[in-house]
Amino acid sequence: MALLSRLAFGPEELEEMKASMNSILTYMDELNQYDTEKVEPMVHAVEQYNVMRDDVPHTSFTNEEALLNAPEKENGYFKVPKII
Amino acid sequence: MKYEAVIGLEVHTELRTATKIFCSCKTSFGAEPNTNVCPVCLGLPGVLPVLNKKVLEFAVRTGLALNCEISRFSKFDRKNYYYPDLPKNFQTSQYDLPICEHGHLDIEVDGKKSTIRITRAHMEEDAGKLVHHGTSITDSDYSLVDYNRTGTPLLEIVSEPDIRSAKEAVAYMEKLRAILQYCGVSDCKMEEGSLRCDANISVRPVGQKELGTKTEIKNINSFRGVERAIEYEAMRQAQLLEDGGTVVQETRTWDEKEGVTKSMRKKEEANDYRYFPEPDLVPFTVSDEYIEEIRRTLPELPDARKARYMAEYGLDAYNADYLTNDKDRADYFEAMVAAGADPKDAANWLMGDFAKLLSRDGLEMKDAPVKAADMADLLKLITKGTISGKIAKQVFSEMWTSGKTPETIVKEKGLVQISDTGALEELADRIIAANPQSVADFKAGKKKAVGFLMGQIMKETKGKANPQIVNGILTKKLSEQ
Ligand SMILES: [Zn+2]
Repeated sequence: MALLSRLAFGPEELEEMKASMNSILTYMDELNQYDTEKVEPMVHAVEQYNVMRDDVPHTSFTNEEALLNAPEKENGYFKVPKII
Repeated sequence: MKYEAVIGLEVHTELRTATKIFCSCKTSFGAEPNTNVCPVCLGLPGVLPVLNKKVLEFAVRTGLALNCEISRFSKFDRKNYYYPDLPKNFQTSQYDLPICEHGHLDIEVDGKKSTIRITRAHMEEDAGKLVHHGTSITDSDYSLVDYNRTGTPLLEIVSEPDIRSAKEAVAYMEKLRAILQYCGVSDCKMEEGSLRCDANISVRPVGQKELGTKTEIKNINSFRGVERAIEYEAMRQAQLLEDGGTVVQETRTWDEKEGVTKSMRKKEEANDYRYFPEPDLVPFTVSDEYIEEIRRTLPELPDARKARYMAEYGLDAYNADYLTNDKDRADYFEAMVAAGADPKDAANWLMGDFAKLLSRDGLEMKDAPVKAADMADLLKLITKGTISGKIAKQVFSEMWTSGKTPETIVKEKGLVQISDTGALEELADRIIAANPQSVADFKAGKKKAVGFLMGQIMKETKGKANPQIVNGILTKKLSEQ
């Protein structure tokens, strides 16, 4: 699970996470008791459909704005650690 | 043992909209890095993506052209994975309710027709581009990221494993490209990445029902690459089985330079995409009226056009296929015919000299420097006997470079064919008198002698003599000798 989420935990944190994950799983078990055979799956919390926009361009960020939060940058690009 | 390949293709095509799928940034190719980006496509916190209407329209249009069922109710999902070209750490895609399902398209290879079923076609967003520092992906110590492409609308079209050879795969890709072009939804340039193809390949002994273990080949970026990569991979797997080995299920990359596929990652660890419904986008419904409205605007598709060319113009399947495989080419052909060119002549020229110069200059059909109407005029000059077919090639090449009309070139260069029988007879007499050996050869039964004398006459007239007339005159005169 930690690998899947790309998160690192210390031994204490791991204990804490275990407890909280277990409580979530217990709750899931509780939900599983109910018969949902005849209930339509809900795909969205809001009863709203077809919110769409026209295909018209608007102003984007400038390069400076885009890189404002970047921890590292180079020549207008975001700079990231080596992957693979 | 004889093996057969079982191939399924996943094709990603960039949709030709003005803006991205969920934000109003432009989709233009080749802009300065990180200038077509905004809070939405950079995945900044608190933003709200909104679906571009045109993307849905293009998806439905393509789905109809591919004989798909269009879902009346559809939604987006998050596909979670970590790679720096994806600023949000998830790709907004469609999982269990794709917009199009259960389609098919027909292909023909070496006279054999096959129907390739299409599992689904769904909308999703493209990722950004990594620019690797260092000479290759492996020896760089950091990467640079450009998010301009992030959020460009894609349609992913997935086929069933109905393809049985590399040639069929190419035919499928060509047909798919033609349909996408005809629908006007994509540029379909494999080299520029607006059409991409991943191939799932397995092999099995001929006659066996169960499928073998498959591999997925990525990084194929040309039509030639599709053919070579699949051919190589099918052979590699068959060889492996033949030698008593087993195929490992893995992702492999196609190395165009070396002409081989290479293992990318064996461990499929943590490759769980954990799809879940995208809470920031509400689902959408598609009405019958909407679908019918789009269906009415569908153009004549490649198969229908091909059938019409065969019926209406008497072209054979091969020629009709060649012309209709590219919408621009078919449009050009029809413009020539409309301007009075004979359809069969027009087809021959487009497949011959015209195609040669296009490929020599690396041009697309739509960038051809010769207008269809001028092409038609050129063919008419041949039909009328004003110029010979041979001279026409010369005129055509001149039209290509100068952009002048064929009439102008013929007049300027004095290329009008000599059909004046009197003048040609006089010339023939002179040539025959000057070449007694050829006359002797002719009498000895060597028909080739006529060709030699014809060549001499053509040389004298700089190719302008009407070959049919000269042939008649020579044969007659030689027999009288
Ligand atoms: Zn944006």
